[in-house]
Amino acid sequence: MDATLSTLPIGQAARVKAYDQCTATDQRLMVMGLIPGVQVRKVRVAPLGDPIAIEFDGRCVSLRRTEANGVRLESA
Amino acid sequence: MADSVASTKASLAPAQVALVGNPNIGKTTLFNLLTGLRQRVGNYPGVTVSRKVGVLPLPNGQAELIDLPGTYSLAATSLDERIVVDVLSGQVPGLRKPDLVVCMIDATNVVRNLFLASQIAELGIPMIGLLNQWDTAQKQGLQIDTGLLEQRLGVPVLPCVATKKSSASAVTEALSKALESPTRLKPIDWPEAVTEATITLRASMPKGMSDSLSDAEVHRLLFDANSALAERLDWEDVARRSAVKNARDRVQSGGFNPMAAEPLLQYEHLNKLTEGVVNRAGELPLQHSESIDRLLVHRGWGLAIFAAIMYVVFLSVYTWAGPLMDLIEWGKGSLQSWISPMLSSTPMLQSLVVDAAIEGVGAFLVFLPQILVLFFFIALLEDTGYMARAAFLMDKMFSWCGLNGKSFVPLLSSYACAVPGIMATRTIEDPKARLATILIAPLMSCSARLPVYVLLIGAFIEPQHGPFVASLTLFAMHFLGLAIALPLVWLFNKFLLKTRPQPFVLEMPRYHVPKFADIAWRMWESGVEFVKRAGTVIFAITIIVWALLYFPRPSAVEEATTQQFIATQGLTLEQAQADEAQAAALSQAIDSAYLEQSWMGSMGRTVQPIFESAGFDWRITVGVLASFPAREVIISTLGVIYSLGGDVDEESHSLQDALKGSTWHEGPRIGQAVFTIPVVMGIMVFFALCSQCGATLAIIKKEAGTRWAVFSFVYMTALAWLGAVLCFQIGNLLG
Repeated sequence: MDATLSTLPIGQAARVKAYDQCTATDQRLMVMGLIPGVQVRKVRVAPLGDPIAIEFDGRCVSLRRTEANGVRLESA
Repeated sequence: MADSVASTKASLAPAQVALVGNPNIGKTTLFNLLTGLRQRVGNYPGVTVSRKVGVLPLPNGQAELIDLPGTYSLAATSLDERIVVDVLSGQVPGLRKPDLVVCMIDATNVVRNLFLASQIAELGIPMIGLLNQWDTAQKQGLQIDTGLLEQRLGVPVLPCVATKKSSASAVTEALSKALESPTRLKPIDWPEAVTEATITLRASMPKGMSDSLSDAEVHRLLFDANSALAERLDWEDVARRSAVKNARDRVQSGGFNPMAAEPLLQYEHLNKLTEGVVNRAGELPLQHSESIDRLLVHRGWGLAIFAAIMYVVFLSVYTWAGPLMDLIEWGKGSLQSWISPMLSSTPMLQSLVVDAAIEGVGAFLVFLPQILVLFFFIALLEDTGYMARAAFLMDKMFSWCGLNGKSFVPLLSSYACAVPGIMATRTIEDPKARLATILIAPLMSCSARLPVYVLLIGAFIEPQHGPFVASLTLFAMHFLGLAIALPLVWLFNKFLLKTRPQPFVLEMPRYHVPKFADIAWRMWESGVEFVKRAGTVIFAITIIVWALLYFPRPSAVEEATTQQFIATQGLTLEQAQADEAQAAALSQAIDSAYLEQSWMGSMGRTVQPIFESAGFDWRITVGVLASFPAREVIISTLGVIYSLGGDVDEESHSLQDALKGSTWHEGPRIGQAVFTIPVVMGIMVFFALCSQCGATLAIIKKEAGTRWAVFSFVYMTALAWLGAVLCFQIGNLLG
């Protein structure tokens, strides 16, 4: 499965597999706890289609699609 | 020798305690609770990052509590974020390294919050941990073994509910104990590859640098993709990059991805450290916040609710502040008319006190109501947790040009007044987006522009084209600034603002009921800061412009005007003075003549050729120049120029008629009307785009520095001139 946080359907959960690069944004997400192996759920998409909101470890975080594209997932 | 003196001094000074923690965990609430009225806000030396310090009374003496910006880690991509590392490592000039760090930890998310604490541990500062929102954690069914946690961390850990007054005494007591017998959190044991990489990196540093840096700081260079810390160091870019790359290669050779090693290793370490500390009784129930979010950020209603909330905010800033502003205006007026007669024997002093000093104080006080009302709502929106949702809803609209969702509220507020709007940009964490928002906020059509539109549309557009075109023009004028601002900000971001792009990763805090005291503090802080920092500049500008309009004032002007007046009216001086209406007309004619002869008047004549291509005559030019400190002044200036006195307002028919009857006295268009439709449109566009507000410039200077205040003034004025010229030229071509 080659899903990313961006393509994950709303309401579904998956496990973080890897980050494509490790940009400052990716590092910020990792610091917040979104490290490989952690289960993440896509909560919603903003009315204008971007950004998206995700939830992991009881934290709800919003990020842009360009950033979500770089987070690869595997099935939970 | 010098060292011992310094250390004696240091031991006499109050202990420095720094308050750190992730964003949105109630740090400010605790700060307010502990320091109460004994807090002050300033800036860190040399930068426009605000610094909050409060006095903390302890059983034996007192300490200074420093509220540091909320952050997830010591990794800093911007100057604002770097402040936390700089303060904690004692690298801010003039500030001592803190004696104690109070690390606030969200009790509902202990492990993730310990990340920051574990990084700070490498700085070697004594620490205590506060498990805040203890009550929420208990409601969620979390059982936290604080005794075990304390034992594992080696520093005191105590439960805390920052929103409850009763927490204060326990926290103060723990602080006081920790200052007496400090304990440090044991930092992570890095694998050999990281330790060696750190040594390698230190070895390649320029002479002396390694000794001045702690491991925590060296790790920022090693691990962070985009470290703002590099800017602090005097280490040449190319050399630094290659040294960092070498060190990262060492980490890589140990089998770790250097860019992900820190979070992976830290979390592995923290998970082990907290094993068995947090136990959950039963499954996590559906969070309260999630059910509210289903409504407030819903795809359909989300935007409607947002629009409704913003409408209320905007309307309140516009209308609630009104009566208070009227009261200030009334107070100013009464004070002026009370003092004026007392000084009538010395006309210059009278004018200085009445028209300059009192006017100048009034000129900045009048902004206070709007600032207070806006900050009431901002505090409410932030403290409830809605602000993050608003940014989530709006982000797409702004992200294409380099702003983000948080720019919305400041820009909307700027439609009422750019001064509170620019102060509201403090809610934008990303410094680049914040600066960009500050630069375009004054382009939003503020309420002070309305009188100009009403005057000109009422005099020229409505009579000729009817109410529909009139209201369309009014709408277009309000839309113009925004329509220009967004593409402009795109250009700024592309060519001008060289800072790094910031991650737009925003945590949605839990919704909660805000504390009134926190809201009141926020309002008070913004009000005091505005008066202290911007007030003086606004006052100074008012005095300067007064002087330009008042001097040189040769008495010959008054005599000549009086002679001319009685000659044209066919009266004697006594007759003119006896008749009330004639006397008033005479004094207005004298004021008008003085204005024409003043330095401002001659400046107007001198620079008029610049405005020739926009069709402005010298009168409009003087009006434009006199309006640079405050654009609404144009109405009363035009009143004085057209000998109607300064008391006219935008709906005054005498002023409208005077404008309609105004003709060119000289030059190629002699005898023709000055105010043609292209000129009128040009003036309105000029006022829509020009930087005619001393208060706005003062606040930009305060929030972003002098350089950017000058830049805003120059770019907006150039834009306004261009707009006016285009209006006039294209208007004339179209006939």
